[in-house]
Amino acid sequence: MSLALPEPDHAVVRQRDAIVADLRRLVPHDVVIDDEEGRRAYETDALTAYRRLPLAVALPRSTEEVSRLLRYCHANDIKVVPRGAGTSLSGGALPAEDALVIGVSRMNRVLDVDVMNRTATAEVGITNLGISDAVKPRGFFYAPDPSSQLACTLAGNLGMNSGGAHCLKYGVTTNNVLGAKLVLMSGEIVDIGGAELDAAGYDLLGLLIGSEGQFGIVTEATVRILRSPEGARPMLLGFGSSEAASKCVSAIIAAGIIPVAIEYMDKPAIQVCEAFAKAGYPTDVEALLIVEVEGSAEEISDLLESVSAIAKQFNPSVMRVSQSEEESAAIWRGRKSAFGAIGRISDYYCMDGTIPLGRLGEVLQSISAICSKHGVRVANIFHAGDGNLHPLILYDANDEAQAERAEQAGAEVLELCVKVGGCLTGEHGVGIEKRDLMPVQFSPVDLAMQMRIKTVFDPKWLLNAAKVFPLSGREAARESV
Amino acid sequence: MATSTSLRPIDERELVRVITEAAESATPLEIAGAGSKRIVGHPMQTSATISTRAMRGITLYEPTEMVMSARAGTPVAQIEMELADRGQMLAFEPADLGPLLGEDAAQATIGGVFATNTSGSRRVAVGGARDHLLGVRAVNGRGEAFKSGGRVMKNVTGYDLCRGLSGSWGTLAVMTEVTFKVLPRPEETTTLVILGLDDEIAVEVLCTAMSSPYEVSGAVHLQAPLASRLEHSALGAQGRSVTALRLENFAKSVAYRGSRLKDELKAYGAIEDLDAANSLAFWGELRRLSVLADSERPVWRVSTTPTAGPKVVAAIAADMECHAFYDWSGGLIWAEVLPASDAGAADIRRVVATHGGHATLVRATPEVRSAVEVFQPMAVGVDVLSRRLKAAFDPAGILNPGRMYRGM
Repeated sequence: MSLALPEPDHAVVRQRDAIVADLRRLVPHDVVIDDEEGRRAYETDALTAYRRLPLAVALPRSTEEVSRLLRYCHANDIKVVPRGAGTSLSGGALPAEDALVIGVSRMNRVLDVDVMNRTATAEVGITNLGISDAVKPRGFFYAPDPSSQLACTLAGNLGMNSGGAHCLKYGVTTNNVLGAKLVLMSGEIVDIGGAELDAAGYDLLGLLIGSEGQFGIVTEATVRILRSPEGARPMLLGFGSSEAASKCVSAIIAAGIIPVAIEYMDKPAIQVCEAFAKAGYPTDVEALLIVEVEGSAEEISDLLESVSAIAKQFNPSVMRVSQSEEESAAIWRGRKSAFGAIGRISDYYCMDGTIPLGRLGEVLQSISAICSKHGVRVANIFHAGDGNLHPLILYDANDEAQAERAEQAGAEVLELCVKVGGCLTGEHGVGIEKRDLMPVQFSPVDLAMQMRIKTVFDPKWLLNAAKVFPLSGREAARESV
Repeated sequence: MATSTSLRPIDERELVRVITEAAESATPLEIAGAGSKRIVGHPMQTSATISTRAMRGITLYEPTEMVMSARAGTPVAQIEMELADRGQMLAFEPADLGPLLGEDAAQATIGGVFATNTSGSRRVAVGGARDHLLGVRAVNGRGEAFKSGGRVMKNVTGYDLCRGLSGSWGTLAVMTEVTFKVLPRPEETTTLVILGLDDEIAVEVLCTAMSSPYEVSGAVHLQAPLASRLEHSALGAQGRSVTALRLENFAKSVAYRGSRLKDELKAYGAIEDLDAANSLAFWGELRRLSVLADSERPVWRVSTTPTAGPKVVAAIAADMECHAFYDWSGGLIWAEVLPASDAGAADIRRVVATHGGHATLVRATPEVRSAVEVFQPMAVGVDVLSRRLKAAFDPAGILNPGRMYRGM
């Protein structure tokens, strides 16, 4: 694998036993994991091509414990890698040999549900779905819904500003969070934002969300919860070409209809997902859209009728409305298990670029050309409503040359996304995966401005420091603050 | 305001030159768009005013992608006209603070709207200005032009400086171009009105409606003294408080949702409908904050949780005469108070400390704005981070110095 990781500080690694002993004086003994087998469980995240055995792992149970751990690491110049559930596809939680992993998985309590004010406060180790589950009995839900929502934590969602299939209507994490309890690298605990809709002063919360664990460790957050719609129903639209499908998406939006989700799959993706989830997808179409709308039964059928009328202009070969709750669940199960399903047949790189919707047709053609040039296959599956692409570039991890070609193809796909006016990552984050591509999208000044903000929150650059910014060219920005 | 020169750079390059020179000589600058909100904040001592007004024009509009880019000095009015032609809108319906602040209506620039994170009633349903900003080009206090975000809805590439600059009131950087999300205009609008409710019950109605599945897009309550200033004759002449809920969607949905909501709220009293034309007039008036214009009394903007709203107002009213307009389901309070040497700051800040939230003194005489904290004082940890952030963008402290907080 071609991405360079910084050489670990061997002096710190040699001090491991002493550091662990120190940490155990600060927090209960079982908070710190130092045996090799225990650490091995934390050596990677969902970007499994990269692995590093961490110095040690800490699983604190409270904000106070997080604060003590960070204060110690700050005083002793020990790097820290924050971790939620380790589902990052960009290597955001990849450890380092000289870094302490601080995982928040034990901090997963719901602290408050306030239906009248439509907020919930929880510790950040709670899973994304866990928040919705906690408020469901009251008729509410938490809107951002990344595909990994069963496993991924609110902590990781805050770090990456996660999106999901339904953010076309409801927005992403930053649009749905009101306040956070942040522990800075110095150990200081700061409350950012609150329970009201806008915070006083600078929008520190807006800066914090999506900062990839580089500003501090959030331990609690207050999120907006929304009343569940009366009902929701998806329909399937199958087309003979990606061009027709993408034109249909534009036409739906031009008609003033904002479906709660518009998902796209191409033929390779459809076939794998159908084999895995038995969702009832048509396997003989080139492109499939899942269009979901919400409302009362009558509103849903009115909207789906409008969507159907629009779709007809693009000669769909399949137009099928889900007829039952079970069928709807199967349709979504197929989509949300797509990455897992494809993972069963092949290793893959999951790309995450976003493009302007109007360029979809040509971009899909170019992606296909890039991948065939490098001799790798690709399956496309993505959020079409907002142009967030997920080309899955398939390769065999045991074939080093092929793996490298896949990585190269991925880089070219992302460069293409930027070239047509889009970006490197729509919801997975930069992590290590896209770190060295940042200069494709940003000028040295753009990057310097961002790095200065890193220095505002973490002057010693100890938090998740190997990520997001290319390893060279960092010093100037750090010194110029 | 001790301002001598007024500069209107025509593009980013000229702005870079002006700010670079000012940074080298540590010359403090007032940053403005059209100046419709310039009196908000501490009065400043600056040597020149930089206005973005000459940087104007829509640079990109893709209705099917629901995205628009415009130079910072483009009037909001022009943008909204352009959007209306294609059946779209700025969904966060930025409030027009001009009339409230003694300026003309409809002057604001799009850069000013995002720099001050100014939103209107629909914020409670669809998010605020900050939530709609997708990309920004700006020049920081070092004279460096930089960008963040882009033109696509989903973008987590690098840190989110769009949010960072929203609501920074021109103290971190001068925006030159903004890219934002737009939404379709609803086909139909209706408003449900209940008259004569007291604050506590009214906010209960608003919260109940917002917790329904009917996608209420505006939830407001005006106390009787402010309601009586409504230009809308049928509502203004009643001499009673006005509690209103807005529904917007396709016509059939609005009819269905209106009848369901009326049914659920019938215990609270007679519910009247405003038709589309009357609804648009009523919400247009609220957006201009017309009930607070034509007066020189101090006006506070308090942000809190909806259920705390009536408690905050009652506590303020126990100390001073206070008339309130509740927006955002009760969580945003525009409070007009009687003039006093501190515009009631000591009491009001004590009240929000008790009930949660924060208070900004939006309208007051320059003397009062010099004497009191206009923006909510920050807790120590946030204060330290905010000062470091200011220094990262503007180390010489030349952009709107002291406007939000003294010494930064």
